[in-house]
Amino acid sequence: MERTYNFKKTLEKKERFAPGHRLCAGCGAGIAVRGVLRALKEEDRAVIGNATGCLEVSSFLYPYTAYEDSYIHTAFESAGASLSGVEAAYNALKRKGKVQDTVKFITFGGDGGTYDIGFQSLSGAMERGHDLTYVCYDNEAYMNTGIQRSSSTPRFANATTSPVGTAVPGKSQNKKNLTDIIAAHNVPYVAQTTFIGNFRDLYTKARKAIYTPGATFLNVMAPCPRGWEYPAEKLPEICKLAVETCVWPLFEVENGVWRLSYEPKKKLPVEEYLHMQGRFRHMFKPGNEWMIEAVQQSVDENWDKLLAKCLG
Amino acid sequence: MNYNERLSGNEAIAFAMKQIDPDVMAAFPITPSTEIPQYFAQYVANGEVNTEFVPVESEHSSMSACIGAEAAGARAVTATSSCGLALMYEMMYVASSSRLPITLACVNRALTGPININNDHSDSMGIRDAGWIQIYAENNQEAYDNFLQAMPIGEHSDVRLPVMICQDGFITSHALENITLLDTESVKAFVGEYTPENYLLKKENPLAIGPYDLGCHYMEHKVQQAEAMKGAKKRILEVAAEFEKLTGRKYGLFEEYQMEDAEVALVLIGSSAGTAKAAVDELRAQGVKAGLIKIRVFRPFPAEEIAQALSHVKAVAIMDKAESFSSQGGPLFAEVRSALYDLEPRPRAVGYVYGLGGRDITPQHFEDVYRRLLDIAAGGELGPTYTHLGQRG
Amino acid sequence: MKLSAKEINEFSTWQEMTLGGEIYEPATSKLTNTGAWRTNTPVLDVAKCRHCLLCVPYCPDSSLPVLYGRLVGIDYYHCKGCGICAEVCPFEAISMKEGGEV
Repeated sequence: MERTYNFKKTLEKKERFAPGHRLCAGCGAGIAVRGVLRALKEEDRAVIGNATGCLEVSSFLYPYTAYEDSYIHTAFESAGASLSGVEAAYNALKRKGKVQDTVKFITFGGDGGTYDIGFQSLSGAMERGHDLTYVCYDNEAYMNTGIQRSSSTPRFANATTSPVGTAVPGKSQNKKNLTDIIAAHNVPYVAQTTFIGNFRDLYTKARKAIYTPGATFLNVMAPCPRGWEYPAEKLPEICKLAVETCVWPLFEVENGVWRLSYEPKKKLPVEEYLHMQGRFRHMFKPGNEWMIEAVQQSVDENWDKLLAKCLG
Repeated sequence: MNYNERLSGNEAIAFAMKQIDPDVMAAFPITPSTEIPQYFAQYVANGEVNTEFVPVESEHSSMSACIGAEAAGARAVTATSSCGLALMYEMMYVASSSRLPITLACVNRALTGPININNDHSDSMGIRDAGWIQIYAENNQEAYDNFLQAMPIGEHSDVRLPVMICQDGFITSHALENITLLDTESVKAFVGEYTPENYLLKKENPLAIGPYDLGCHYMEHKVQQAEAMKGAKKRILEVAAEFEKLTGRKYGLFEEYQMEDAEVALVLIGSSAGTAKAAVDELRAQGVKAGLIKIRVFRPFPAEEIAQALSHVKAVAIMDKAESFSSQGGPLFAEVRSALYDLEPRPRAVGYVYGLGGRDITPQHFEDVYRRLLDIAAGGELGPTYTHLGQRG
Repeated sequence: MKLSAKEINEFSTWQEMTLGGEIYEPATSKLTNTGAWRTNTPVLDVAKCRHCLLCVPYCPDSSLPVLYGRLVGIDYYHCKGCGICAEVCPFEAISMKEGGEV
């Protein structure tokens, strides 16, 4: 494992996610894929898997693949299982001397393909312990089909199947804590990250995930300007606020040891994160203060639980 | 090199898999195919095969893992039945459209609603249009032989399609029969190595597989699949001829039993053929010119060959071991009757749905059908063309 | 069968297209001019750029090429003009101008 992070050196590596893909301008998924693949050693090959979703339809529109490496998409709910099959094939072919060099296995799914429809397949892959990395680019709704709610969508968010109406103020349920659930599989490495500063956090976690033998999981918050309703250029600020408000804490679980990656000096109030996004607009109307309070309470509770785990 | 062994249909398939020693097997248990991954897991546990066994958490995942493995450049196999096959439905299309020659051992069982574990063909018939080659067996020997032929058919560069090797749940899968096996060396030589031109793990160039096709490309890719399926017939016969050289056992697209001078005939699939043959023998002894066609290859459908084989017949009954709820009869009936359309004159045809959920069928049932056909052949009324057989009431 | 993505287009026949939609070469997406989508365009002021490269990993479109540790320009053939690079630059070396033209 690299001890020091040399930001410039990581950017001199050959780009493994090519331009010309058809993700929207400012899409967080593209940043996540680039960031994760940058952590591959240049001499290693990789097979990239993908659940159906924005990333898939945008990055392999026939005959245009955005990947330097081999790539496989099969279906929405099958990314974990399909890459399990690829990894099993690698083991078999390596044993038989038909493949010699090192190949790493990384698969990407949105929150729809990961938290929801692909959850079983992901859980199976983690439990069986295939030597692969599953990366969720979490943009908190089914963006590819038009911003429908997922189990990752936060409470009160306006989504097209949890719309804000006169009787119901957006999504009723809290976001599922998937990173914890995957950690409960007792896999060797699980981490939560997003795009912060010079990408040290994402890079080092991706590097650990890819090069830790066994099944590993990364949950990357990847904002969606369309679905979250913010100007595309504000993505870095949104990510920063998600971390500074503890809405999206940065942490890792390495061989069962919980470690906080970053602790804000002064935890910011959640409204600073919420008010930048149109999907939470209704929460700022007079009389709806209780919604913000409820979110703050939930974030505080989760943060305290996380701190307790990390402090042991 | 040939030797006899008493094996159940499931064990025969598992044994064929062991002899082939595929790179990857991914499977999830479901009655009545469960024994196949059980036997195979034991081979793995004993170090008798070199295979990576992936005990997945569902059939959807077993097919997904097979797709990943086959795309990676490995030979992948699985086994399933009934609801397991239904759960794979989506991925069956992905396998065939990605042109990955996976081999699936299907042990036919009724589909749930209500749950029933016994044999009929509703599972594989439900998925008949997924772009898989489908080959059916009458008995354990055929199940074994068909499985050995699957890879040389599906993996051929002119074909590149996945193959389902079907046998009847419990009736053959759990019944012990004396069958003739090939020695492993001959099996390996016959099946050969899997050498795809491009695969995910290939060093020289990457492979991207599973794209999003816009309207301008999707139909062309479907035509490619359709053309491959049309061409598969030739390859199936080539492989059968090679297999005959090796074993002396002859296979075609279907088996004709007493068809040469038949005036009335049945067309059916699977283990019921044994029962129907008994009825034919009985009727022949009485001087009735009865014959039987047992479909071996349902996909690609051998329409012209069947029409030719039935061209001299006066009346034919087409027997489906699956409902299609079309209100017009089962899928085999629809396809065979359609195949007869261009014949001049054409035989009169009736359809039966029988044996659902393992409902027993006896030589007497078949004799009754032949008697009806004789009446139709003699100028009697055709009567209803969509009838159930063997139910009460 | 045409094996290269360059040769496959909406007029290709089924005989010419790769089987199963496979592609046998890397990064063919580069052929697509997603720069044509731009409604706003980043402009790099070379004099102000200190090559800190903070903008580079934030680009969803891999359109900020780096050579020997230096930002060497903007790939306008692919840049969709999201404006993130201008936002993260600590030195105001990238500004957004209206319109897609370079």
